[in-house]
Amino acid sequence: MDKRDNQSLLAELTDRFGTGISRHEEPYGLLTIHTSKELILDVLAFLKESAGFTYLTDITAVHYPDGDNTFAIVYHVHNLLENVRVRIKASIPVSDPKIPSATTLWAGANWMERETYDFFGVQFEGHPDLRRILNMDDLDVFPMRREYPLEDPNRVDKRDFYFGR
Amino acid sequence: MSQITLADRPPGVEGSGFFATTLDKAVGLARANSLWPLPFATSCCGIEFMATMGSTYDLARFGAERPSFSPRQADMLLVMGTIAKKMAPVLKQVYIQMAEPRWVIAVGACASSGGIFDTYSVLQGIDEIIPVDVYVPGCPPRPEAILDGVMRLQDIVKSESLNRRNTPEYKELLEKYGIATDNG
Repeated sequence: MDKRDNQSLLAELTDRFGTGISRHEEPYGLLTIHTSKELILDVLAFLKESAGFTYLTDITAVHYPDGDNTFAIVYHVHNLLENVRVRIKASIPVSDPKIPSATTLWAGANWMERETYDFFGVQFEGHPDLRRILNMDDLDVFPMRREYPLEDPNRVDKRDFYFGR
Repeated sequence: MSQITLADRPPGVEGSGFFATTLDKAVGLARANSLWPLPFATSCCGIEFMATMGSTYDLARFGAERPSFSPRQADMLLVMGTIAKKMAPVLKQVYIQMAEPRWVIAVGACASSGGIFDTYSVLQGIDEIIPVDVYVPGCPPRPEAILDGVMRLQDIVKSESLNRRNTPEYKELLEKYGIATDNG
């Protein structure tokens, strides 16, 4: 079986979704496509069922606080037969962080989305059990959002002076 | 010539054929030399403790031959490693389940102060939730340091009154941590 190359896959995707694939890049040869939250499930379903990307490697998010203040929800999928990986990104606003859940396609998305909810507060609509998975249940913040200082500036117990530095 | 050193006997009254001392001292001597450890090991300090239990450093010399994994038959809780805030209620429950008399050693930087993990998910020292008797510094401490911590605790145990749990200071301390003292 010939190894699918990025260009032919990109051509397949643009044939199917047209301008739904808003832009793409290829950092280090990894095809990365950008789409919208309306199309994300269709794109993932197409990749899984038609293009052979049967393995969901990861779901996570990145917070971009500058400019529009958005989350990029990042999906990594892997074609195990041809050993090809693709990254899909969908941007959603932080003020309304909702995106359809991928648990309808992969059961494995369950914990990945729970983790993304735990750290970013992204609401995955249609997730069967969206609660925290790593942090304690009574944590009232989403720690990976870039809206907190890295360290409490008022702490005095770990000043260099006390350690002879 | 043997290298064995004998422990000094406690102060007391001595005569021909008898030796009298206070019950406090005799019981303290017994308790100090049979501290049964409950290792609560979450990270690298736990590995150092395994070396401490091993034949080279041999914690068994101190009467700590049996590491108890049941809180009910242990009197020396060794907390070794990072305690996340999610783990804090578990640690507190283990401490509450221990019978009096009980002592706690915080081994290493993480258990003592949160160590390098100055972050939202890590408890900044176990003394936020349970009282601690001895802190062992180091990251991780060598087995010698853990042995030193145990020996410091032995000094504390030797000089402790027979019935610490009924003293007002101890009750006040435990109430500060929100731990009930009427369990025995």
